[in-house]
Amino acid sequence: MTTEMLLNYALLVFLVVIGLTIARLRHLFPVAMLTGLYSLVCASLLTLLNAPDVALTEAAVGAGVTTVLFLATFGLTRAREKPVEPQRQIIGLIVTLVTGAALFYATLDMPPFGAADTPVQQSPLRERYLVAEQKEIDVPNTVTAVLGSYRGYDTLGETTVILTAGVGVLLLLGRSRRRRPRPGDSPRRGNS
Amino acid sequence: MQEHTVLRIIAKLLIAPIIIFALYVQFHGDYSPGGGFQAGVILASALILHALVFGVQATRRAVPPAVLRVTASLGVLIYAGTGVICMLRGGAFLDYDYLAHNPVHGQHYGLLLVEFGVGMTVASVVTAIFYVFAGRGRQPGEHED
Repeated sequence: MTTEMLLNYALLVFLVVIGLTIARLRHLFPVAMLTGLYSLVCASLLTLLNAPDVALTEAAVGAGVTTVLFLATFGLTRAREKPVEPQRQIIGLIVTLVTGAALFYATLDMPPFGAADTPVQQSPLRERYLVAEQKEIDVPNTVTAVLGSYRGYDTLGETTVILTAGVGVLLLLGRSRRRRPRPGDSPRRGNS
Repeated sequence: MQEHTVLRIIAKLLIAPIIIFALYVQFHGDYSPGGGFQAGVILASALILHALVFGVQATRRAVPPAVLRVTASLGVLIYAGTGVICMLRGGAFLDYDYLAHNPVHGQHYGLLLVEFGVGMTVASVVTAIFYVFAGRGRQPGEHED
């Protein structure tokens, strides 16, 4: 067993522990912190898997922005989870167990970790993206080349989705006060 | 959070390097991990850190929400506009080969422009969403319970 595998396992155990802790907590501030930590551990795992592009995103979005948005939301609602009556807890437990079992069952079909004969490795696109790319686009970071050039339409769509999300949030929440605060305005008073 | 001297000074020290790192991830994305999306989120997190420590009002004054609305749209416009320029120069939509005389150079220009558009939109949208959330209740960082 290599060091990398050991690290992988250790981080996965961390993830499980953090997940269980989150499930047990009633107070939501520690939950927000722990979800941030969860993202950070995920980012470390992705780095170990040689996916630094995804790791950067996970660290910035998951551990940074989302945590702050959670905290900002607690300012609007309450930061404590309401106790759930036992009957509904049992329904939740059953749903979770069934979904979890289905996911475990699905992993049985997946190729072993690091296998060389997976569809991804054998696809003709692999040659194109990893070998021909160096002549066609000549950018060392293949991920950028694939996202920006070979799959430029998809990325344009994604960027539009992000803009649409922003527009949606601004339309729903941005205009609640009728008038935008001007630079000279004093900080918010109790608006609702 | 004005009274926390240590936090304030550390944040002051960190915000500028975070922004520089965002620019590095943005414009070095062809060579190292990262690209427009990552750079945009990192830039937004620098602004959010500023807002957390110095108050949302101060950040709004530095980067007004009205500007963000324009830059968010401008990013998509840059992306799609690059595609249209490719068409005007005789290629297909987003076929960067036609952006320069040498197709490989064209690809490089195209990637730079497109990633810049992505970064602009992502940074603006994330910051704008944060403004909206933070502007509605107590300021984040003021929580006492």
